[in-house]
Amino acid sequence: MTVSKLPEISARRRRTDKFMRGTLVAAFVLALIPLVLVIYYLIYKGIGTWSKSFFTTDPNGNFFGYPGGARSAILGSIEIVGLASLISIPIGIGVALYLVEYGKQTAFANFVRYLTDVMTGVPSIVFGLFIYIVLVEAKVGGSGFTAWKGSIAVALLMLPVVARSAEVVLLLVPGSLREAALALGAPRWRVVWRIVLPTARSGLVTGSLLAIARGMGETAPLLFTTAGVFGLTFNLNAQMNAMPLQIYNDILSPRTEVNNRAWGIALVLVTLILILNLLARAVSRRSRVA
Amino acid sequence: MTPDETTKTTSEASDRQPTDGPASGSTRPLAQVPDVSVRPARGGGGHAVKVRGLNAYYGDLHSIKGVDLDCPANEVTALIGPSGSGKSTVVRCINRMHEEIPGARAEGSVTLDELDVYGPGVDVTSVRRLIGMVFQKPNPFPTMSIFDNVAAGLRLTGTKSDDLRELVHRSLRGVGLWDEVKDRLNEPGIGLSGGQQQRLCIARTVAVEPEVILMDEPASALDPVSTLKVEELIDELKERYTIVIVTHNMQQAARIADSTVFMLDGEVIEVGPTNDIFTNPKDERTERYVSGKFG
Repeated sequence: MTVSKLPEISARRRRTDKFMRGTLVAAFVLALIPLVLVIYYLIYKGIGTWSKSFFTTDPNGNFFGYPGGARSAILGSIEIVGLASLISIPIGIGVALYLVEYGKQTAFANFVRYLTDVMTGVPSIVFGLFIYIVLVEAKVGGSGFTAWKGSIAVALLMLPVVARSAEVVLLLVPGSLREAALALGAPRWRVVWRIVLPTARSGLVTGSLLAIARGMGETAPLLFTTAGVFGLTFNLNAQMNAMPLQIYNDILSPRTEVNNRAWGIALVLVTLILILNLLARAVSRRSRVA
Repeated sequence: MTPDETTKTTSEASDRQPTDGPASGSTRPLAQVPDVSVRPARGGGGHAVKVRGLNAYYGDLHSIKGVDLDCPANEVTALIGPSGSGKSTVVRCINRMHEEIPGARAEGSVTLDELDVYGPGVDVTSVRRLIGMVFQKPNPFPTMSIFDNVAAGLRLTGTKSDDLRELVHRSLRGVGLWDEVKDRLNEPGIGLSGGQQQRLCIARTVAVEPEVILMDEPASALDPVSTLKVEELIDELKERYTIVIVTHNMQQAARIADSTVFMLDGEVIEVGPTNDIFTNPKDERTERYVSGKFG
């Protein structure tokens, strides 16, 4: 018997299909509108402020004339988030290693997982206030507001992001590789160090880059900890400027030039985060797992 | 090309004799484990594995029920039986890989000559150095080159080797992979074919110079040609090692094993010379299994 004809698709099914597809496209466009508008406005308002002096001078606080550039804010952000990364990435990956390689499904490991999830949901201003009370008010290190305290607040914010993303990646490393290494007589720490971490490397880098991008844009943890100043400094034990802080200050100003600078800094910030995300994608494409 | 690199199967056996060890025929000492008395083994320098009263559990599941097993030195012992009969679990208990599974535990005694594998104070990593393992699916380390994969065992155990290159080359020759990979030792190990990957994994196991090699269905993921190569390799390896192999393939057991163990539901039903098991089984269940009537 040969197949010659199948029943035609009913008009009702075709109508439903068209309707549902249309709904999905509409939802997609709706979700895209704010994103496109934000990026459009950022570029429209911000690109005009970019100039050589924007990147080479610091804000000067003058009420008349050129208000200065954003150098101290850009470099300050990089310093603060750099230190925060040095703190949070090793600890976060360490937490994930514990959960995947040692804790597994024990009650304690699940408790740690639960706390990490809770920490992910804590508003960033809470971390800022926490550090304000514990380190700033107490004038730990001799002075109140300092950059390193901001770094710790940002690190607290990044920590659960790093830990959770690293856990997912480490779980993707096939158990057969761990078994192969253990069966050769390797102690567990060497299995982790020489097999698990190298295999998961690109995934770990991706997760860390996304956490850095997240930490870069946060204002609240810095407001109560580093308290922006205008000048450029590389002293982490002093007050420091940062991009979110400068934006925050600039939009409060009555001067249009200063308001415009906020747009310019916002564009720098978004560009940096975009670059980090693209880097993360490029790295994960070379991944050996996932 | 050195003469070594042109070796064919006939001369490979002599190549694999240890060049840095004691003269062949004498027993190599069980390195790394203190207070081990070693009995001279039959033939080469192999050591016998003895399992007594082994019970293994996965959580509440009692999967191995009082298994006794003898794996004589320099012989191939095959474990056959239907899926779930506990063959792999028994093998994994011999080098204590069983305990890596969360909730799994084992009771009973496993000895390598006089060494109690489960004895107090015995370091599990030393046990696994002496009792190597090859898995069902080839599992070369994906981040490592062919060379590094073979060297991985030594590096992972922190063993200093005077001549790592020579050892890696010798191991690759030993598994008959040398001619296929000698020009691309720095390429990733996962770039090889499945059969080559499995021989690479065997080379990796051989490189740490264990006494016993456990193989858990080492050819079941391979094509017939690669399977044949692995089987030939096993036949050569038994000159230096004691081999315990789990297999689903009864023809394979018949081809390579000196003695065969038939398992069913976590118990050993029958043990005997391979020929007897397949042609003249004593137990009716063995007879039914090897003749394909169940399982």
